[in-house]
Amino acid sequence: MTTSIKKLPDFEQVLSGNGACGGCPSTMALRIVGKALGPNAIMLLTPSCAVASMGMTPKLAYNWPCINVTFATAGSSASGITHALEIMKEKGRLQGELPTVFSWVGDGGTYDIGFQALSAAAERNDNMIHFCYNNEAYSNTGVQRSGATPRGSFTTTTPTGKRQPKKNMTRLMLEHNIPYVATATVAYPGDLYDKVIKAKSIPGMKYIEILAPCYLGWQFDMPETVKMSRMAVRSGAWLLWEAENGRISFNSPSSLIISGKREAEPVNEYVMRQGRFTRLFKSAAAESRIAEMQADIDCEIAFMRERAKITT
Amino acid sequence: MKTAQVIMDTGAHAAALAVKSARVDVVPGYPITPQTSIMEAVAAMVENGELHARFIPVEGEHSAMAAAVAASAAGARVFTATSANGLLYMHEVLHMASGGRLPVVMCNVNRGIFAPWTLWADHQDSFAQRDTGWIQYHCSSNQEVYNTILQAFRVAEQINIPVMVNFDGFAISHCLMPLTLPAQEDIDRFLPPYEPGWRLDPAHPSSFSNVTNAAEYAPFREMLSGDILASISLVKQAAQEYKEITGMWDGDTIDTYLLEDAEVVAFAVNSMAAELRLSIDILREQGIKAGLLRPRLYLPFPTEDIINAIPQNAQIMVLDRNYNFGHPGGILASELKSVLFGRRNDLTVKNRVVGIGGIDLTRRFMAEEILSMMEE
Ligand SMILES: Cc1ncc(C[n+]2csc(CCOP(=O)(O)OP(=O)(O)O)c2C)c(N)n1
Ligand code: SF4
Ligand SMILES: [Mg+2]
Repeated sequence: MTTSIKKLPDFEQVLSGNGACGGCPSTMALRIVGKALGPNAIMLLTPSCAVASMGMTPKLAYNWPCINVTFATAGSSASGITHALEIMKEKGRLQGELPTVFSWVGDGGTYDIGFQALSAAAERNDNMIHFCYNNEAYSNTGVQRSGATPRGSFTTTTPTGKRQPKKNMTRLMLEHNIPYVATATVAYPGDLYDKVIKAKSIPGMKYIEILAPCYLGWQFDMPETVKMSRMAVRSGAWLLWEAENGRISFNSPSSLIISGKREAEPVNEYVMRQGRFTRLFKSAAAESRIAEMQADIDCEIAFMRERAKITT
Repeated sequence: MKTAQVIMDTGAHAAALAVKSARVDVVPGYPITPQTSIMEAVAAMVENGELHARFIPVEGEHSAMAAAVAASAAGARVFTATSANGLLYMHEVLHMASGGRLPVVMCNVNRGIFAPWTLWADHQDSFAQRDTGWIQYHCSSNQEVYNTILQAFRVAEQINIPVMVNFDGFAISHCLMPLTLPAQEDIDRFLPPYEPGWRLDPAHPSSFSNVTNAAEYAPFREMLSGDILASISLVKQAAQEYKEITGMWDGDTIDTYLLEDAEVVAFAVNSMAAELRLSIDILREQGIKAGLLRPRLYLPFPTEDIINAIPQNAQIMVLDRNYNFGHPGGILASELKSVLFGRRNDLTVKNRVVGIGGIDLTRRFMAEEILSMMEE
């Protein structure tokens, strides 16, 4: 059973008074992650909204020791910390339970510039949790395209809508054969919480990607963050699943869509609420561009349905 | 002083033995010729239990330095090594180590930079990192490589600034020379266990490298600049105490040979400076009062020691194994002139670029070079 939101612990690791936008999905997600991780953790960040909103020196809104590393190096930096802690413990210089080492990184720092170091850390199976909060763009620098930006989306560097489909990062991480890969999003906090609790207990590399609808980049009304997150899942644009040692299972409601018990909602309703797609609707090619987006979603659902049948 | 052991070994292996003597905790590494032998030796020592440490086989040098920085921030004693393009690839993260005041020690085995490709030594790679805020030693023998790595850890950990220990590819890294290994007890006396003043610790949540306003950023930078200059006295102390404990001496900020009465002073770093001693002998045989000044420390530049050491009215022959693009000649000459200006107007500085991409620098060639510079 998924933990109910009412059962989440009361303590907060994200302190009040941070600099995030109202309705910020990644800060919301971090709050839930914090409840699962607890205080015994070390946090790594790369340049992103999460850094811009953590508070200015010497103030800090995240109640962990935090290290801001260079943009491309979340994977290797977390490896450095995790090995340092383990050897210091072996040598008797650290006592007690070692802290969880986790990276809190955007899609830019995960899909693009940080991909190489992350892939290598995964291949080494170093002990860490890499969280990618995916707002599908470089939000901190003013919403430019990233490898996670979906087809059709307007950003400042795709002024007529992105032509290419997004990179499939969760599947790429799955194919690294690491002990744990999961997807989550803010509309399903219990699901996210449970996945973090599980990841924390597994040694080696864990990857959790959280879809983070960002009102600023996606251009919807600020209070609709959670609604947008829910619509992404109901339309099948974001599938909730986890893979333990390569064995995939789907989480509700994505499990219903995969098994055919529930129809995915048409993509129109999901994308029509987002300003980043509205130029599409005004263009002559609107119909074919939306058909492309629907095809991308259908293809992913079909692929994951079959992929889950293979255990490695 | 306990009984030392004398062996024959390469410079690269001497570096690995120093890593073991320093009881390093974490070594991220990535291969590049001619540094690779250091990483291979360290990986083997970790594997066979000779060195109780973690070797992290990262996927590139940018990550090697990132892992080094992060491991150091977690409280570990950290070493890594690289060469040429590997060092250039690290550039962004070198600033993290110095700006973050983390006492990482790294060997750079000097090699020319491509394009075009070369495998052989020159000093463009290390000098190109001048403005990264690292302390830089340059070594001229296998023994000095070993000794300097231990001194580097001590200085780095005293003042929280990373230190780069440079030496030439092949001439030092791959050639056998006698190597004296002090007893571990003596090394432990010289280099106590690392006790970081700050580390990433959940008991004390605090941020590393958080966003600053100018009012906070500027003092951080000013402190770093001041402390790099202040490290000179620590470098001297480390050399002195190392000598007291082990009996070995390679110079402190500078090393000299027949300098006191010299009228012609050769000025160079690394292995060519060892060879230059023989060139000085050749010149002395011809009745020329020649001497040598070898900066062991390139950064901070040992201004006062140089100014105090050079005899009146000498001609200084700077042999640069690098280019100072945009200026005629090399980088060392330019640095030297800038510190002499207005303080030692009695001196003449002449400069040639030699030995680029590993061109062999024999004692005779360099003696002739100095003779012809005297004609200029
Ligand atoms: C090496 C380097 N290149 C570029 C930047 C500029 N930069 C800072 S944040 C950022 C985008 C971050 O995007 P993402 O990781 O998706 O996080 P988000 O801003 O969306 O939270 C960029 C390009 C940088 N800090 N470092
Ligand atoms: S731009 Fe988006 S991701 Fe960034 S702080 Fe604002 S809401 Fe959060
Ligand atoms: Mg982003």
